[in-house]
Formats: sequence, C-alpha cells, structure tokens
Amino acid sequence: MDAVSTAETLIEVKAIRQAYHKDSSADVVVLEDVNLTLSNGEIVGLLGRSGSGKSTLLRIIAGLLTPTGGEVTWRGKKVLGPPEGIAMVFQSFALFPWLTVQENVELGLEARGVARAERDRRAEEAIDLIGLGGYEHAYPKELSGGMRQRVGLARALVVHPDLLLMDEPFSALDVLTAETLRTDLIDLWAEGKLPLKSVLMVTHNIEEAVLMCDRVLVFSSNPGRIATELKVPFPHPRNRLAPDFRQMVDDIYALMTRRPTPARPPAPGTVVAPAAHTMVLHPMSINLLAGLMETVAAPPYDGRADLPPLAGALQLEIDEILPLAEALAMLQFAELEEGDIKLTEAGRAFVNAGTDERKLVFAVALRTHVPLAAMIRQVLDERWNHRASAVRFRDELEDHMSPDYADDTLHAVIGWGRYAELYHYDEDADQFFLEEEGT
Amino acid sequence: MATTSFPALATHRRLPNLFDLAAMLVIAGGLFALAHGAKATLAPLSVLDATPIHLEPSYLPGYALRTTLRMFAALAASLLFTFTYAVAAAKSRRAELVMIPVLDILQSVPILGFLSFTVVFFMNLFPGQVMGAELAAVFAIFTSQAWNMAFSMYQSLKTVPGDLHEAAVSFRLSGWQKFWRLEVPFAMPGLVWNTMMSMSGGWFFVVASEAVSVGDTSWKLPGIGSYVAAALEARDITAVFYAILAMAVVILLYDQVLFRPLTAWSAKFRVELTPGEEAEDPWLLRVMRRTSFLRIATGAVSDVVEQIGGWRLSLRPHRAATAEHKPSRVVDAIFIALMAVAVAAAVWKIVDFVSETLNWGDLGTAALLGFYTLIRVVVMMALATAIWVPIGVWLGLRPVWSRRVQPLVQFMAAFPANLFFPPFVLVIVYFNLVPDIWLTPLMVLGTQWYILFNVIAGASAFPGDLQEAAKNFRIGGFLWWRRVILPGVFPYYITGAITASGGSWNAAIVAEVASWGNTKLSAHGLGAYIAQATDAGDTARIVLGVVVMSVYVICFNRLLWRPLYAYAMRRTTIS
Repeated sequence: MDAVSTAETLIEVKAIRQAYHKDSSADVVVLEDVNLTLSNGEIVGLLGRSGSGKSTLLRIIAGLLTPTGGEVTWRGKKVLGPPEGIAMVFQSFALFPWLTVQENVELGLEARGVARAERDRRAEEAIDLIGLGGYEHAYPKELSGGMRQRVGLARALVVHPDLLLMDEPFSALDVLTAETLRTDLIDLWAEGKLPLKSVLMVTHNIEEAVLMCDRVLVFSSNPGRIATELKVPFPHPRNRLAPDFRQMVDDIYALMTRRPTPARPPAPGTVVAPAAHTMVLHPMSINLLAGLMETVAAPPYDGRADLPPLAGALQLEIDEILPLAEALAMLQFAELEEGDIKLTEAGRAFVNAGTDERKLVFAVALRTHVPLAAMIRQVLDERWNHRASAVRFRDELEDHMSPDYADDTLHAVIGWGRYAELYHYDEDADQFFLEEEGT
Repeated sequence: MATTSFPALATHRRLPNLFDLAAMLVIAGGLFALAHGAKATLAPLSVLDATPIHLEPSYLPGYALRTTLRMFAALAASLLFTFTYAVAAAKSRRAELVMIPVLDILQSVPILGFLSFTVVFFMNLFPGQVMGAELAAVFAIFTSQAWNMAFSMYQSLKTVPGDLHEAAVSFRLSGWQKFWRLEVPFAMPGLVWNTMMSMSGGWFFVVASEAVSVGDTSWKLPGIGSYVAAALEARDITAVFYAILAMAVVILLYDQVLFRPLTAWSAKFRVELTPGEEAEDPWLLRVMRRTSFLRIATGAVSDVVEQIGGWRLSLRPHRAATAEHKPSRVVDAIFIALMAVAVAAAVWKIVDFVSETLNWGDLGTAALLGFYTLIRVVVMMALATAIWVPIGVWLGLRPVWSRRVQPLVQFMAAFPANLFFPPFVLVIVYFNLVPDIWLTPLMVLGTQWYILFNVIAGASAFPGDLQEAAKNFRIGGFLWWRRVILPGVFPYYITGAITASGGSWNAAIVAEVASWGNTKLSAHGLGAYIAQATDAGDTARIVLGVVVMSVYVICFNRLLWRPLYAYAMRRTTIS
C-alpha cells in the first residue's frame, strides 16, 4: 500500500436516497443524502446498527438496487446494473448447493464466457490462494461455515475484480473461525496477493472495522446516513490489545451510543413526530432486559456501567447490547450517555421487586412511555367486548414505517403487554383482548 | 421422512377473487366451444373397431408396453408444458394474473368427464387414424399431471432464495444462464416429487382412457386399460387378475428404474446446507455411478446439458431492480380490456349453448346429484381417516414396520384403482347389494393410501423428545391421542387428505357406474350423471355435469382444505 500516490477514484456515491413508497402517507426513508468516494488501495468499512441501511447502500453500489435518488458512478460511468469489475461476498455465503466448490468458483467466469481451460486454471489459482486446495470437488454442504465463506471469497476473487464488496462476511461464523478468516484476508491484502484494488465492507462489529479497515464510515439510523468518518492510522498487522486500538474502539462505542434515535428526541421542546404511538419498537425479551438491569444494578457496576466492558463481560456484540440498552432507555429504566448505561429510580425499583411486583412496575412504564401500548389498552377498555383487531394498529403503523418494522413494533408491544398483563393477544384471530374481570 | 411433500394445491392463495371467477368463466366457455365443435363430428368414427383386444395373457406384455409408452409421451408433454407455461407465469406479471387462476381452476376440473370430447377433438385432427385416439389418451394422462407439475415449478421459481438470486445477478449471469444454473436446479426436487405423485393419477387415467365409448361409437386402444374393459365384457375375471399382475410389474419397474434414481439424484438440489440424513442410493443409481461405461455416457449427456446451460443468451441487459416498480398503466389497461373481452365472449358462448338445450331444472338436478356425490366423498374420507390414521400412527412410531410398509403403501397409491373395480363389482352383483352404498367405496379405493402414506410419514417424523415428554408425564389413552399425536401428524394428514379428496372426486366419474357383462350398476350421483351423459352422447349435460363438479371441488378446496392447511402450518410448527 505504499504505491497509493496515484489515488484513482473507483466509486463515487452522490446524494443517494432510498425510500419505500407508501401510498397512504409519507415515504419510509432508508437512506438519506449519502455521499462517499472510494479510491485505489483502501479498505473501507461501513459500520452501523442493523436497519441503518448500510447493506442497502452496498447493494446500490453493487448495481443490485436502483436508488430512489442520487447516483453511483463506477470509474466515471453511471451504475445501471451489476458492473464488470465489482464482485460481492455475501453474509449467507450464497453458494449454489448443487455446484461443487470448483463449479461455484467458476460461476463468474462462466458468465463472462471464459473458455474451459482458462476457467480451470484461474479457479485453481483462486482456490489455492484462499486456502481451499483439496476441496475442489466437495459440495458446499460438506464444508464448515468458515470453508464455505472461503469459497465465497474465492468465487469473488477469481474474476479479478477491482472492487470487492463484502456484506457482513464474518457475522455468520463463530468467533474463532471469523478471526482466522479476517487475519488470513488481511495478510493476503497486506502482502499484495489479492487481485484487488479496493475493498468495501459492511459490518456491525466495531473491533472488526478497526482491525481491518483504513477508513470507517459510521452510520446513524432512521434514516440511514453517514454520521462520522474516521481514519484508522495503525499499520497492519494490528494488535487488538494495543492501547491505541482499544481507545479507538471505545471512542466509536461512545459515538454510536451518543445520539438516541431521532424518533425520540431527548429534549421535550423539540417537535415530536406526527404521532408518538407510531415510533419503531424492536421486540426485546423481558428476560434479557431484566438480566441486563440486574447485572448493572449489582456490583461491580452498582447502577452505572461502561458499555464496552459490560458487553465484553456479557459476551454480547454491540448489535445485541445497544438495542437492549436503548429499549431500557425508552422505558426510562435507564439512561444512556457517552457509552455509559445508568439505572434510573424506576430501573432500581424493577430490580428490587418480586416477580408479581415487577409486572406492575413494568406495566406502569409501558403505559407511560409506550404510547402504542397505552392506546391498545384504552381501546380495549372502551370496547363492550374488550376485543380489538390488531389489523387497525398494524395499518396505522404501516403508514409511518415499512411493513417489517410495523411487524417488529407490534411484536414488541404484544410481548411486553403480555408480560405486564396489560392485555392479551389471540394469534388465530389476530386480536387483542382483555380477560373478563374477576378471573 | 426426508420427502415431506408440498401439495401444490394447498400452498397457494386461499380466497377466491375476481380473477378466479374470470378464469372459471373462460374455461367453461372454452369447454362449451370444444363440446360444440366435437358434437358436429361425432358420427364417422369406426376405425378402431377393426382391431380387437385379445384376452390371452401372452398379449399382455405388448399391451403393457403400449400403455407405458403413452405414459412417457404424456410425461414429455407435461414437462414441455411445465417449462413454458409455468415459466411464463412466473416471469411476467401480467401473464401471471391470468395464468395462475386458470391453472388453479384447471386442476379442479375432472377432465375424465371430458374424455369423450377430447377423443373426438383429436380424432378430428387426424381423421381416420389411430393417432387421434392415441393423442386423446395421452392428453387425458397429461391433464392428470401437468397442472400439478406446473404449479410446483411456478412456486419454486417464485421462491428462489434471495441471496442466490443476488449472487447470480452480481456475477452477471445472463437470463438463460440464471435459468439453468439457479432456477431449474432449485425447482428440481419439488418438480420430481410432484411428477412422481402425479404418476398415480396418470395410471388411473390411462386405464380409463384407453377404452372409451361415446354414444354408439367406442374405441379400444391396445393397452392394459382396454384389456380390462374387454375382460369385463367377456366376464373373464381371470383375465382381470392377469391385468392387475401386469400393471403391478409395470409400476414396479417405473418406480425402480425411473423415480427412485430421479428422487435420489434430485436430492442434491435441495437448498438446506445442513448435511442431514440422506437416503441410501437406489441400486440403479449406484450401478450408473459405478459402471464406467454408463458413467461416461451419463457424463457426456450432462456435459452437453451444462454447455447449453452456459450459453450467454439474454433477453434484456442487466438492470438493477428498482424498489418502486412502475409498470405501464396503458399496457395494463389494454391487457385488462382484452381479458374482459375474452370473459364476455365466454359468457356469451355459455349462455348461447345453455339456453339451447338446458333449463334451470337441469342445473338443479346436477347440483342435487353433486350433493349426493359430496356426501359420498365426505363419508368416505371420514371412514378412511378413522381406519388409516390409527394404523398409520401405529406403523409410523415403529421404524422397522414403517420402513417395511411405506414402499408398499406408495405402490398401492400409484396403482390404478380402477383395475380393482371388477372384483368389487362382481361381489356386488353376486350378492345383489345396493349400488348407491356399495359402489361408494370404489371412490377411495385408490386414494385412501395417500392418507396412510402421509400419516406414517408424520408419525415417524414425530420428535423423540416430545414422545419422551409425553411418557414422562404419563400421558396415555385418549389424552395422548388428542393432545400429543393427532396434532403432531395433523399437517401430514391434511397433505394426504387433500390429495385423497381431489382424487376421489375424479374417481366418482368411473366409480359411480360399473358394469359386468350386460349387467349395469349405477349409483345416484354427479359422477354417474356425467358417465351416463357420455354414454348417451349428450354434450350439453356432460358440460353441465363437469362444470357443476368443478364448482363443488373448488368450493370444497377453498372452504375446507386450504384454511385447514394454513391452520396446520401455522399452529403445529414452532417459530
């Protein structure tokens, strides 16, 4: 990477906007005004929470999706479909189960009409490079996850792309395997053995981004946009335990917890979204929420914990702990600031309560801070038969968010409401209902 | 069981919509048109009378061969249909709007009732030649397989995994390459399974369609079906048993030589990446894989196929998918208008034809008779359920037994039940039993095995930990049936019952009437109505009967089976 003096621009992303059109009301915006440039010789990471639109952006760059607005240029030409010179590695590997390792690897060459002998030669080259020698005739289902992703890598490298796109390539693998693959890939890159000019990878793992990338673009959610751009100054190979490395990881943690989702503005004075009961919720298991609160309440944290070490101690990834922490903040059982989580009075009350009292505490929090739950209960109270179809709530939610999010939100409200015994839900009838009094 | 079946019929939409109605009308109109054209040319057919069917057993292998060839021809036609119709429906949104409801209705139409027309229609195409009757028989078999296969293909094409699709597109595979490298392989297991399952219907139809009589004319194509028909006329029960034997051998060969290897081979196209239990290779596939000559030969064939699949043909250049698909409104409007014209023409044709010969009373009669048949189907399904579910559970929970019994059941399901009719009829005639009651079991004679087959599969797939939990809590007796095993096998039972009930409706046309020499037996029902109308050459009533029956079948499916299937899928799976 010393010959980067003539930095050539490969990809230019200009004012990308991606929205799903809803006929009833405003569009659901996934990406808003995203700009980025990618040059020769760098590994760039798109870091963000799930649902921040980073995978969507990757697919737009790959030419798999056409953005609603803005444009992507590849070597100066507008991207209209999958361009030659860009190859992709998938989170789920996306290997064809009926093709052997070799046939999978040759797929991209075959699409270009490369002759058989040449195909064989180049496939073998890629297979050997990525450490798959000897597995040529195996079918994907005979391989372990790590080996499968190696096939995915070889399949992308064999076409000698200028740009390699990787969509959370290691997140489906176990910790050890993922680490081996990361270091193997970085070693090959540092030694200049990869037939690539640049790599763009999507990840939600902060350490992975700091370990592999030269530049990290941190995404914020709702709508997805690039919040911060960071340069990673360390040379390869990097040491995860080095103080500088740790500091950078901590900084990014703080960065990512700093702003709660704009759907819930911190200051009461700001304009609130059209209807408070239509904010996006994610279903979180009560056990996890309670467990997190108990952990934070207990020593050594005693009510206040720094998130990165807490996540480490609990063996949770950032993508797992942040939504939990945010759900607690939303219910006002905890506060989030600068990468710290602090229990509130309500949070402490919950932790100290017994099984039945906890339900009461939770019910109060739910009715006060989750307008949708309060609304469902109110509607049920007003109905003579204490029954209400979930469809009307779902429809209303879908006016403000994508159907997937609406589903998530409804699930969250169902699960929490059941725990708090605020109302019941009948899946067959898709109805909320109240149990008759006196039972 | 690794081979959980997915009935194409059940996994589709539930509620009928406007397009269903339109499709129904178009099909009915088309049938009337066909019938109208056929009626005019009913007379000059007497070609096949010259070739009599011999009852000596030595003729049977030859007849069996002819029957088998018809099956192959129909299979080829069904595949051709599947690869054109289903692909077009899956690839074009507008075509889909019409083609899928049409397919949906078609698979509920008892085409057996239309045998007479199709025979005449094809005879017309090849006047004075056996070819016409042959094609008609092949067409009958085709109708018993094609819809099911096409549905399976369509559903596979619609559910290609998103990541594989993205991989194919991002590696710039052309449309043609994508079809052969991704879509066809993905559809293969479902297609093979559905083809195998439709074979039994095929055998049933080939037997029924080789010997046909419309009005005063009758044909007998050389084949096992005609052999049985001739045996019935000659009151020769030994010959019937010879035919059953020959059929058994043919089906056994078909299964061993064609479908065992095909199913094993298609297993490699399953998408789950987990290396689950794999059935042992059937002997033929083993022989093919190990014999070097055969391996080279099959290798050469697959090379050619691969070459062809690798052609870089493409209809459209690579384009990215847009999140908001904006189809042209104008083309849509033209398309809908054309459809409206077709529906209007169909309605006009129906009214024209019906007002000429039929009145409301005929419709009432047909509906009432249909109700009788409905009662028969329901009673028989209930009986078959009461008998086979306990037996199936018992067998399924004992792996040794289920392994022994399952191939036999599969064989019974494939066996054309109409070959077994004569012995039953003989008994009914001999003891002078009431046909209205005793002809009824013939309807489920062939189809009951689907229930048994699926219940065995369900019981053997019942999770071991749930069984242990039930034992641990000492759940026994009625409670065990109600809370443990019946819900456990329910989805499998529904799958089997859907197939069985569909087959029973179709069988009604041949099961509600029977003959032994000059003795004619007939029960009151829509099947007998259609059969008698066919005998009398009364086209209007045939069409009426078939349409009424289709309506019954469609309502039965939509109102009973699909909701049950959806319920079973939702309630009996965790996650």
